[in-house]
Amino acid sequence: MRNALPVLTVLLAILAIWYVAVAPMNIRVALDQAQRGGAELQPATALERQEVSVWALMLRNPGHVAQAYAMERPRLPTPGQVAVELWNTTADMALNGRAMSKRSLIYHGWITLQSTLWGFALGTTLGILGAVAIVYSRVVDMSLMPWAIISQTVPIVALAPMIIVVSSQLGISDRTVPKAIISAYLCYFPVLVGMVKGLRSPAHAQLDLLKTYNASGFQAFLKLRLPASVPYLFTSLKVGIAAALVGTIVGELPTGAISGLGARILIGDQFGTPLAIWAALLAAAVLAGALVTLLDLAQRITLKRMGMQA
Amino acid sequence: MQSMGEADLIRPPAASQYCGQQETTDVTTQPAPGAPVISAPVISAKGLDLTFQTGDGPVHALRDVSLDINRGDFVSFIGPSGCGKTTFLRVMADLEQPTAGQISVNGASPEAARKARAYGYVFQAAGLYPWRTIGGNIRLPLEIMGYARAEQDARVRRVLELVELGGFEKKYPWQLSGGMQQRASIARALAFDADILLMDEPFGALDEIVRDHLNEQLLKLWDRTNKTICFVTHSIPEAVYLSTKIVVMSPRPGRITDVIDSPLPRERPLEIRDSPEFIEIAHRVRDGLRAGHAYDD
Repeated sequence: MRNALPVLTVLLAILAIWYVAVAPMNIRVALDQAQRGGAELQPATALERQEVSVWALMLRNPGHVAQAYAMERPRLPTPGQVAVELWNTTADMALNGRAMSKRSLIYHGWITLQSTLWGFALGTTLGILGAVAIVYSRVVDMSLMPWAIISQTVPIVALAPMIIVVSSQLGISDRTVPKAIISAYLCYFPVLVGMVKGLRSPAHAQLDLLKTYNASGFQAFLKLRLPASVPYLFTSLKVGIAAALVGTIVGELPTGAISGLGARILIGDQFGTPLAIWAALLAAAVLAGALVTLLDLAQRITLKRMGMQA
Repeated sequence: MQSMGEADLIRPPAASQYCGQQETTDVTTQPAPGAPVISAPVISAKGLDLTFQTGDGPVHALRDVSLDINRGDFVSFIGPSGCGKTTFLRVMADLEQPTAGQISVNGASPEAARKARAYGYVFQAAGLYPWRTIGGNIRLPLEIMGYARAEQDARVRRVLELVELGGFEKKYPWQLSGGMQQRASIARALAFDADILLMDEPFGALDEIVRDHLNEQLLKLWDRTNKTICFVTHSIPEAVYLSTKIVVMSPRPGRITDVIDSPLPRERPLEIRDSPEFIEIAHRVRDGLRAGHAYDD
């Protein structure tokens, strides 16, 4: 409860800045519409208004500032408009039994979530296996690690279309597969790096101790390295799942997908409906927050059961 | 990393040479015909050399170290840092390989002794796994060595009683004080009934009062179990109080400068530290340490 106040303060500050920014962002379009409605403006024509700053426009036409907050297709919607759009495309549709309609963000979120989870599973598996190989083999460490780092310097937007093309060449028609691969591509790296650090975290004395027991390499892995890496793993998983979600959304952008949050963002852009973009963005943020929170909960429970204070 | 690699490179020929000498060691450690078997030393080192190759050139961690340790001895190794006392202990435990000389543990090579789980090793830090309870930590070697579950339980309970930690089995390490954690780590080393206990400054990080208490307990434990204990320390009172044999060592190169057989009785109350005999031995240790330093200058 003591944390609620600072969190709320920051949230309110963000909303306030957002709200204040709406007027200057929308004032030109609002005045253009008012002019078409026959209103008297200063300056009178759109061409003349190009020469004047938004601040001056607001000062000279104070009566029309309110319109900036009530536009049908605002450049920057108000928080309230986004909330209403989000409500209309999620909860409201769900209440009317149309949760899985093609216009519902629940449907698109579900599509994105599926790819994200597949990509997360794939990326996490690859990351953990890669980390084990790197920790146990110097050759793999020297050969794989540089490529892992290079892989993250390639912009995923450039890589995504190629992955789509290759997977369709291979006869994979389902879009979930290439999207999951793109998602895994972003997600494996934090898991790999975190697990390498975690598996290497036991002190030298700890490994010496196991040697005095004449423990096998596998026993050392199972009883020391693996449990020691668990806190590192969870930290990486939280970064990884967020990366997996971003990967999926990016994977939906250039692929001509028509469903998924990424596709909603692209369609909103193409049809000039910023409200749809903002609603999809917010839905993605809520989804990411929910996934990270779930992992955080899993981390707390696991570490508590392992006797390590989280 | 670099120096480790170099050390590895120089190891194989040295190791094979060492193996060659091992055969002769086996002969020499055989009790002479008619001699009582008891007299065979548990640990016997002859002309032990160990040189680490580092970026700054070779470091002579051990130079011509020879020592016999008999069954039931409590041997302390004392000396300033860099004198090779920990390295010597690690050679006994097969955690370091000597570059020359020969050493036998229980009549065989340190490697064979390690594989036969002939010793328990207590490190400077307790090093308990934070994700295991105290009982779970003590169970660790037993799990690795494949003891049956019921046997594990019985042994865990027994050694916990031995170090006076009965009732703490279900606690996690962070719930215990530093001294209690170190006692748990001793219990862990005792759990599989090795005859030899190798202890590397186990009480170094503890305060004086806790240390006194643990020293007293350790002596009682040694008396009850009749184990052979090798104990590294840099506290003179601790070495004199605990040991039947005090090995004084000196750095650059690491070597033994004096071996003192203590005339103190096995039964030692803490007050013995005020007795003239005790003070005399402490004096001799101090002189030995000083002489080692003088040699350096």
